[in-house]
Amino acid sequence: MEPVKVRIEGLEVHYASKRALHGVHLEVNTNEVLALIGPSGCGKSTLLRALNRMNEVLPGVKQRGSITLEGDRIDQMDVVELRRRVGMVFQRSNPFAKSIFENVAFGLRIAGLTSTSELAGRVEQSLVQAALWDEVKDRLGDSALALSGGQQQRLCIARALAVQPEVVLMDEPASALDPIATARIEELIHELKTRYTIVIVTHNMQQAARVSDRTAFLYMGELVEVGRTETIFTNPSMKRTEDYVTGKFG
Amino acid sequence: MTLGARFALGRLFERLTALAAALIVLALGVVLVDVLRDGVGVVSWRFFVDEPGAGPTEGGIFPAIFGTVALTLVMTIIVMPLGVGAALYLHEYASPTSRLAGLARAAVHHLAGVPSIVYGLFGLGFFVHALGGALDAATGQALKWAQPGLLWAACTLAVLTLPTVIVATEEALRAVPSEVRLASLALGATRAQTLGRVVLPAAAPGILTAAVLAVSRGAGEVAPVLLTGVASWLPDLPGSLSSQFMHLGFHAYVLATQSPDVDAARPALAGTVAALLVLTFLLNLVAIVLRARLRRGMEAS
Repeated sequence: MEPVKVRIEGLEVHYASKRALHGVHLEVNTNEVLALIGPSGCGKSTLLRALNRMNEVLPGVKQRGSITLEGDRIDQMDVVELRRRVGMVFQRSNPFAKSIFENVAFGLRIAGLTSTSELAGRVEQSLVQAALWDEVKDRLGDSALALSGGQQQRLCIARALAVQPEVVLMDEPASALDPIATARIEELIHELKTRYTIVIVTHNMQQAARVSDRTAFLYMGELVEVGRTETIFTNPSMKRTEDYVTGKFG
Repeated sequence: MTLGARFALGRLFERLTALAAALIVLALGVVLVDVLRDGVGVVSWRFFVDEPGAGPTEGGIFPAIFGTVALTLVMTIIVMPLGVGAALYLHEYASPTSRLAGLARAAVHHLAGVPSIVYGLFGLGFFVHALGGALDAATGQALKWAQPGLLWAACTLAVLTLPTVIVATEEALRAVPSEVRLASLALGATRAQTLGRVVLPAAAPGILTAAVLAVSRGAGEVAPVLLTGVASWLPDLPGSLSSQFMHLGFHAYVLATQSPDVDAARPALAGTVAALLVLTFLLNLVAIVLRARLRRGMEAS
């Protein structure tokens, strides 16, 4: 297996008037959890969205540089195919106003899967992987909006997993959750990394330290430092990283 | 000002707003009571199912009820796809700086302020003469489409209610959180799939509200159909889209102003107005029930 899943080279992203990212070189290895940390506005969410081309949805975004997924340039890929291979979980849970089942089945249905038994199998498998199956297996037909915040977020994870992506992007997936729900999501991330490559944006230093194998620190649109998470948190090579992870600014 | 005086002022303001709200209820109450009191004598089963007799006080108003319902239905069928389509373009596709979207929004606002008789004149000139004339010329018929009729009246009303539908539909689309659009796109859905499978179903109750508003507005308008298709006395029901038709609102106008003995026509007038009010109410009710079902269905499934 290719050890490098995603390779980012010379990435530069501009919004209408301001530069959000500049000269970013970064590699994401297969089956690792990479945390992106940095103060608000440092460009970590922009970097995350560049990986499944969600920046293209925003008006006036310009991008330079190259990003490859297993060696293929993602800007030359069919965007639908790319987003099937690179799934995303958002900061605030955003289930559709549909049943629990239909939420998870959504990605499969739009990909053209119609077989009821196959759909049911994939939905169950995804809910099991997202550690939600036991709580919802008796009410798959109920509205997803009736679930608690933490359950909704795990449902969104199941929805992203259903299309069997290779990479899962998570944009502060636990920032709107209480500590118990957060702990469940973190456990889940641990389990998921055996199958998936995960890139997670987080504001929470402890969370980054708990869940990730490697950590990248971004500041003012530039990648300051990337390395093993223990190293970044205990013995960073850059002064700025140390100041940030020890809470001198942020 | 002392604290007591400030509280008193606050309470006074609250009472004034309550008074304003009560006035609306009072106005509706007065209209209903007045109409029903005058109409009760004639409002029999026969009055609603009979065709009109020789004079304004004889016979029933069934063709007017039928004409109003048919007109409103055809109008709804025309205006909903147009209005929802326009709102989808404005809210989902057009970029915020789009020239076309800016012009369309300005047009919507100006259209909403045009007096309804102007729509009637427009309908006569554009739909009846221009479009109808062209249709007749193309099909080699003499005066089939180039005269006032149900279709042209419905088209005119559709133009009149278009701003209402566009504004209400845009409101419904705006209420769909952008996060669910992003979630759909991030799952590999195309823009059209996102609209069709996520945005439109979530906005459906709001879009039905748009239809309710259009129906209530359209069923009660008389001026636009005056020149484009309504007839004052026509015992036959409209047989095709090019037929002329009777209309409750116009019938009320005829009874009130064109009758030789206005006092003798009063009960029929009240009955007609009552029928119009009840009809508008029923059309609203149907749409409201549909919307409530849709909402429940969405929460359940």
